[in-house]
Amino acid sequence: MSGSRPAPGAARRPGSRPASGPAPRPGARRGLGAGRAAARRPAARAALNLAALAVIVVSVFPVYWMAVTAFTPTADIQSDTPSFWPSHPTLDHFATAVSSDGFGHFWRNSLLVTISAVLLSLAVALLAAFAVARLRWRGRRAFVLMVFIAQMAPWEALLISMFVIARDTGMLDKLSMLTLLYFMATLPFTIVTLRGFLAAIPPELEEAAMMDGASRAVAFRRVVLPLLAPGLMSTSLFGFITAWNEFAFANALIIKNQDDRTLPVWLSSFGNVFGTDWGATMAAAALFMLPVLLIFLALQRKVTTGALAGAVKG
Amino acid sequence: MSVSPPVPAPGLGPGADAPLAGRRPPGARTAPGGGPPGALRRRRWRPRRSAALWPYLLIAPAVVGTLFLLAYPVLRSVIISFQHFRTGELIRGGAVFVGLENYREALGSPEFWAVVRRTFAWTAVNVVLIMVIGTLTALMAVRLGRRMRLAVLSALVLTWATPVLAATTIFQWLFQSRLGVVNWLLVAAGLDSFRDHTWFADGTSTFAILVMLVVWQSVPFAALTLYAGLTTIPGELREAARIDGAGGAQTFRHVVFPILRPLFGLITSLEVIWVFKCFAQIWAVSKGGPDGATTTLPIYAFQVAQSLHKYDLGSAISTLTVLILVAALITHLRRILRHEAEVR
Repeated sequence: MSGSRPAPGAARRPGSRPASGPAPRPGARRGLGAGRAAARRPAARAALNLAALAVIVVSVFPVYWMAVTAFTPTADIQSDTPSFWPSHPTLDHFATAVSSDGFGHFWRNSLLVTISAVLLSLAVALLAAFAVARLRWRGRRAFVLMVFIAQMAPWEALLISMFVIARDTGMLDKLSMLTLLYFMATLPFTIVTLRGFLAAIPPELEEAAMMDGASRAVAFRRVVLPLLAPGLMSTSLFGFITAWNEFAFANALIIKNQDDRTLPVWLSSFGNVFGTDWGATMAAAALFMLPVLLIFLALQRKVTTGALAGAVKG
Repeated sequence: MSVSPPVPAPGLGPGADAPLAGRRPPGARTAPGGGPPGALRRRRWRPRRSAALWPYLLIAPAVVGTLFLLAYPVLRSVIISFQHFRTGELIRGGAVFVGLENYREALGSPEFWAVVRRTFAWTAVNVVLIMVIGTLTALMAVRLGRRMRLAVLSALVLTWATPVLAATTIFQWLFQSRLGVVNWLLVAAGLDSFRDHTWFADGTSTFAILVMLVVWQSVPFAALTLYAGLTTIPGELREAARIDGAGGAQTFRHVVFPILRPLFGLITSLEVIWVFKCFAQIWAVSKGGPDGATTTLPIYAFQVAQSLHKYDLGSAISTLTVLILVAALITHLRRILRHEAEVR
């Protein structure tokens, strides 16, 4: 499952320093010494910038091409010479995509499954993370080890048994089955990350509140939870991306009831939906990508350091 | 709510770089002689009686979820692989155990071994490309000027943010036969044979496009992580190497690589895992075709179960897939588990 991909939130803002880990030493950031030497020779400098440009073009072009196609009128798309800039921008393709059969359904399904899975995972993980980070009990090590093993679970190898189990329990073609799976796929990561965030909040803060007469629950809600907010935020956004993008299980477990498909599965069958209407296909892909892109931007700005700290220390 | 004493604040102990829950700080606040932890602590406001149960109640949902949604499916998968489990058993139940028959069938078929070889080739090509391009990109990024570096890193993040299914759709559009921009570029470059070339009709070119797709999607993680690692290497070290007469390649081999060896090991292992069990990209683009040219082990297992309804054989192949992956990464996994067991 794509859930094992690294948290995109762990990407720090480009160019900024790692928020944790070995402390960057003075002078480490800038050019690494040898870089300055290269900078002195104009030829080397130019070659370096050329290579950088190549990396940028290769990285950006596919996404750029998707956007251009989505805004280009069909006549221009089908012309012999592709236009690399939408000179007559149109929203027709987005209209086609949005009004295509069941589009609203698939959005609703994807949002429903993703958000329920994330909230469930967040709630369950918060309890467990609290127990691991704040309490002392027999079996804690075993529990943490279980979480780490669960994090390495070979999800792709479970496609068949999940299908059989879903069929046995009447959960085939049910969105609740996907919700449960995505919950489980994001749970270990969520526990590990929240544990890291919780451990970074000094217990003395809660103790101080409790000395002042607050109950443990109130202390947690009033003191810890606000401090934990960035952690909860970035962790849940990671979970959102994982569940939003998941394809293999959604493809294998939603078979008969086509209205219950999620966006990735729907997008994978674009040939049936849009035929050769590539403009609409790219518009659909862009709409599917949009929430993820927004989350990345949010993560870059707000919770980057938090996500990174949690990810590294987890 | 009554809970047992909180663990010491992170940042006090020797492992301050990683807040290690539950590790006692030096000069522990706990009683000497090792009574129940926290028994003699100053703060008396914690009722102690019901405290023992709380942690278990808190982890109960997570444990129950893991048991039902992960442990049971794993177990079931293994059980099915030892049974005769086809359409009849799926509908009526009553599967009988057949011992190692499914494994014998899988291991005895030349097709299986062809898929294994293809999966290894797939993994090797992808991981080598990802690591080489990722390393070069990271080395390049640290040498760039501020603005150019920002542009490169932002471009990598954009690629990273692209959902798998969006990327598969985009790549199919890029390589589309009649209107695809790749064919247009190749024809414009004078390679007229690529006019209306159908990339996805041929096994090798489909394989190559899938490699491009996976490499394109995976390089950002490797490059950004290595870049972060590179920024922690003091410039003086390289300077010293340069003064001693080392060239760029030598500096990398003798200074940079040894320092970042653990990071390289980690990234390589992760990429091996991801590429080896990659499913969505291949299934969405080619479903393992044409003519099985892109059928890797995870695809093969799913095909056997889904189209041939041999759930038993598919499960056996899935189990073998995991075993092969574990065997390939045994040292890496051992290191991780030992580390976790020690630290936590």
